[in-house]
Amino acid sequence: MATWTWFHKLASPPHFYRIAGKMIPWFAIPAALLIAAGLYGGLVLAPADYQQGDAFRIIYLHVPAAWLSLMCYMTMAISAAVGLIWRIKLSHALAAASAPIGASFALLALATGSLWGKPMWGTYWTWDARLTSELILFFLYLGYMALRSAFDDLTRADRASAVLALVGSVNVPIIHFSVTWWNSLHQGSTVMRKGGPAMPVSMLAPLLMAAAGFTLLYAALACIRVRGEVLIRERNATWLKELGSA
Amino acid sequence: MSGLTTSLPRAAWLVLERDLRLAFRRWEQVTHPVVFFVMVATLFPLALSPEPALLRSIAPGVVWVGALLSSLLALESLFRTDLEDGTLEQLTLSGQPLAWLLLSKTLAHWFLSGIPLVVAAPVVAVSLAAPGESIGVLMLSLALGTGVLSFIGAVGAALTLGSRRGSVLLSLLVLPLAMPVLIFGSRATDQAMRGDLSNGPLWLLAAMLILAVTLAPLASAAAVRVSLE
Repeated sequence: MATWTWFHKLASPPHFYRIAGKMIPWFAIPAALLIAAGLYGGLVLAPADYQQGDAFRIIYLHVPAAWLSLMCYMTMAISAAVGLIWRIKLSHALAAASAPIGASFALLALATGSLWGKPMWGTYWTWDARLTSELILFFLYLGYMALRSAFDDLTRADRASAVLALVGSVNVPIIHFSVTWWNSLHQGSTVMRKGGPAMPVSMLAPLLMAAAGFTLLYAALACIRVRGEVLIRERNATWLKELGSA
Repeated sequence: MSGLTTSLPRAAWLVLERDLRLAFRRWEQVTHPVVFFVMVATLFPLALSPEPALLRSIAPGVVWVGALLSSLLALESLFRTDLEDGTLEQLTLSGQPLAWLLLSKTLAHWFLSGIPLVVAAPVVAVSLAAPGESIGVLMLSLALGTGVLSFIGAVGAALTLGSRRGSVLLSLLVLPLAMPVLIFGSRATDQAMRGDLSNGPLWLLAAMLILAVTLAPLASAAAVRVSLE
């Protein structure tokens, strides 16, 4: 299976450690550029919304953060499943590394949403389907991290938390479709909807740039954190000692 | 596995019967969560106000929160003693599919923790000034909802078996997963109290129960295997 050797190579900790180290600047620099461009385009260049005025501009943080909070959970659940099925340690490491990042994005989405809610809805918080399910997602991340920290043995922590991540993934489609399913105070989706985005290009382009930038930021952070996980897991391995002495 | 002398339905039945018999010998395992449920419900009139109009408006929520907390409390006893005396290990090694055995264990737990709550709920609801017509829907929603809670909770209980600080951790894991049940359960009761049809949330609860019964035992079995390593 010559076609799969690159994959097996990637899944080996020393190889991944090296590759991930090299990849960090390739993710981080475009991420910084895209986020800066997206924020400048969104906060300065884009026209004010006809209904919401300038208050809508927080969308350039809120929507990418909310997307990423869901995407991190998906990554976490898929890599947990891969780790559980094929017993790949590295993919457990990716799941473990994604949880705090995803929790931060969920918290950011909740915080920016609540700041956005005050001028629009007249309240920081309301118990509506979208907000509540995002909050539940945040709690799921907290539960996942709490379960991991309860085990001393990393292998057991990996497998137990993988089961939890998979069970919790039931929640992801519920959050994604909650705006469509329930009559909610939260506005409907303006970007991914039938008939194309309901936004002019001058508003949409910075949003997409910010979203791409956030995704690359996640990739860079994940590389850094997975490298940390690899260091913890392989702390007694000879390749690390050779790396340290070289 | 051709060497098995016991068929799968028989083995599942034996597990169910054993758990029920054990519970009837140690009766407080069944009664304590119910007493807890009644006490939690008592806290609300004391803390808020004994005014019937207010109590009536919060009754569905209070009953459901009480039921959720009480079923969380009952989860502790689901696997703990079986882990300590080695029964869980024997079930895993028995050669029968572990998910099926855990399915019948969880069913027994549902009978023992859920049904007493369903029976106690009318008393609590009436004491909170809930109108009589809503009691039927309340009992039905609790019967379905406690089932979902038992099956979700079994996954959490199995996951926390091998860890330190089991009980707080168990709540942290199970509560986010249990929140949808709480939402639809109290909404069904709320709609019945206002005289609306509550079919929608009840069907959703039934759907969640089917989903939980189908998938949760597989996750519990995986979790028990991790905890026994």
